[in-house]
Amino acid sequence: MKVSNWGNYPVVEANVSSFDDRERLRELVVSAPTIIPRGMGRCYGDSALNERIVSTLNFNRIVAFDEQTGTITCESGVTIAELLEVFGPRGWFPPVVPGTKFITIGGAVASDIHGKNDHVEGTFCDHVLAMELMTANGRVINCSRDQETELFRLTCGGMGLAGIILTITFRLKRITSAFIREETLAAADLDNLMALFDASAEWTYSVAWLDCLAVGRRQGRGVLLRGEHVEADESVGGRTREAAGLEGLPPLRGFHMKRMVRVPLYMPGMLLNGTSVRLFNSLYYYSRHARRKKHRVIDYDTFFFPLDSIRDWNRIYGRRGFVQYQCVLPLAVSREGSRRLLNEVAKSGFGACLAVLKLLRDNANGMISFPMAGYTLALDFPIRRGLFEMLDRMDRIVIDAGGRLCLCKDARMGGDTFRRSYPNAEAFARNVRMMTANKFRSLQSDRLGITK
Amino acid sequence: MRNALILGANSDIGKALARVLAANNHHLALAARDTARLASTASDLTIRHRADAATVEFDALDCDSHPEFYDGLAERPDIVVCIFGYLGHQTTAQSEFHEARKIIDTNFTGAVSILNIVADDFEKRGSGTIVGISSVAGDRGRGSNYIYGSAKAGFSAYLSGLRNRLAPAGAHVVTVKPGFVRTKMTAGMDLPFLLTADPERVARDIYRACRNGRNVVYTKWLWRYIMIAVRCIPESIFKRLRL
Repeated sequence: MKVSNWGNYPVVEANVSSFDDRERLRELVVSAPTIIPRGMGRCYGDSALNERIVSTLNFNRIVAFDEQTGTITCESGVTIAELLEVFGPRGWFPPVVPGTKFITIGGAVASDIHGKNDHVEGTFCDHVLAMELMTANGRVINCSRDQETELFRLTCGGMGLAGIILTITFRLKRITSAFIREETLAAADLDNLMALFDASAEWTYSVAWLDCLAVGRRQGRGVLLRGEHVEADESVGGRTREAAGLEGLPPLRGFHMKRMVRVPLYMPGMLLNGTSVRLFNSLYYYSRHARRKKHRVIDYDTFFFPLDSIRDWNRIYGRRGFVQYQCVLPLAVSREGSRRLLNEVAKSGFGACLAVLKLLRDNANGMISFPMAGYTLALDFPIRRGLFEMLDRMDRIVIDAGGRLCLCKDARMGGDTFRRSYPNAEAFARNVRMMTANKFRSLQSDRLGITK
Repeated sequence: MRNALILGANSDIGKALARVLAANNHHLALAARDTARLASTASDLTIRHRADAATVEFDALDCDSHPEFYDGLAERPDIVVCIFGYLGHQTTAQSEFHEARKIIDTNFTGAVSILNIVADDFEKRGSGTIVGISSVAGDRGRGSNYIYGSAKAGFSAYLSGLRNRLAPAGAHVVTVKPGFVRTKMTAGMDLPFLLTADPERVARDIYRACRNGRNVVYTKWLWRYIMIAVRCIPESIFKRLRL
């Protein structure tokens, strides 16, 4: 069957199998010459693609849960959405969530995902206590920070190349309500925006949207959103809970699946052009800027997963698909580097609708985990002629600055870029090769020269 | 709170249905051959839904064990869902009878054996719902899977007769006819997207059919009309089609 991930690029013809017990998985792993695990397919590029794919979605039981500590063990196919549904009403929240709840826990570990709380609470793997992994010969190995540490480091953020994650033990965090107190702050330019991040260092959650088409003095103008979990008994924005519209509502409600609108078809590619994107960005900026109410209380879905309310939103980019270009730059050069990247985008005329800026902290979980202390910039581009050449130019800016690209978004960087930007790239590839004889490989790992 | 017995609970539909029933406050008895896997499913249900889920060993092909199995249940079920089935290999079944027999015995003989026992109990108690998972393949025999299809046709006829028998007593029988379902049984097949249901969707349809006292449900619903059309094709033409 035809398979592609969230960016709809690339598309491959693949044989997809699934399993719900270890015996069946062992047969699959041992008999296949090469294979790659795949969960919800919400990575953007070719990370979970290969001509042979094993889907983890049927392997989705919750194995153990400790109501006292919030420590959970689940199989790799369990999704964040399921965790929210099951444990939200009991007062537990995933330690880290990305921009969508439709990802599996196995995927969260393999991509060592970060969220809006990265600057304070780190990535998903920071909260992982232990894992069970099936290696290339079908053996099941327990790994953690004290046991089989090398395997643990190859698996966290390792893009599924060290083995197939069976179960993950990690900690959920305590919440007392389903709501988030959100503040919205507008910034006129990049300096202002980064100053807002500095001023928001104490906030658990922060993220900024920026208008990547604004040039000159207005370059980097944007809107920062920051948030905290509302406590069940707290007053909200100087008002009581009643005034904030929470009266009479049990604080832990609303964790069920909500209705979604759906993009029924692929939109024609021309829909997103320079003019429409410029219009969207300006409208968004001014609507946020002009909004009188700078803080509000909203449910967690609206705060964390605004795009999840539109099913298949990736289709608005048309059949040819899109790529998300996400890089991180070291803190000292984040400002200058971001400027140069934004200049490049503005010069090229490739409009990006969604441009997101976020402060990350250092990360030592995996050998090729993405985050480092600095700013990460993410831009969505519909695929057009000339785009990849422009992205290659952006790669050079990122490498010069000592930054790197996020692997679970990447669909096109060259192996050379990977090796020059990830300091452990060679060692990672060597270890994976030694440990698995390249049993687990994806189009991406081949492209990056990890398994080829 | 009602008691539900799922026969074939390790199947993908069985697992999905167990979740739906547990989420709707049913006590569950999960029955299948491989009890180790049942146990992990049961503990998942207990954590997820704080549901009461017991596991029981059950072998559809071992008909002699069925009376003892049913008597041994800790609680009398109010709902019995018969999900176990075996697709098998049509071409193997044509040349090797043991494969044909396994298909027939799993899909038909085994189901008749256990449901006879359940039916007697429900008739006596004057209540209860039996759900049988048959298949659209039983609506008309096709060259590519008529051994499976004929076993399911037999099962559909059995369920229809059983419904007729139990109606006066106040017990109900639901026949479920799934079309394509993305399960272990169909792994690796290229299935048409619009006609293929996820196990979760089938489970939801089964639960709804149970609650609403439906007689025969197709899932996805479109299959009802496809099968009407398929049944309308005259045999003289049908026999020449490659189906």
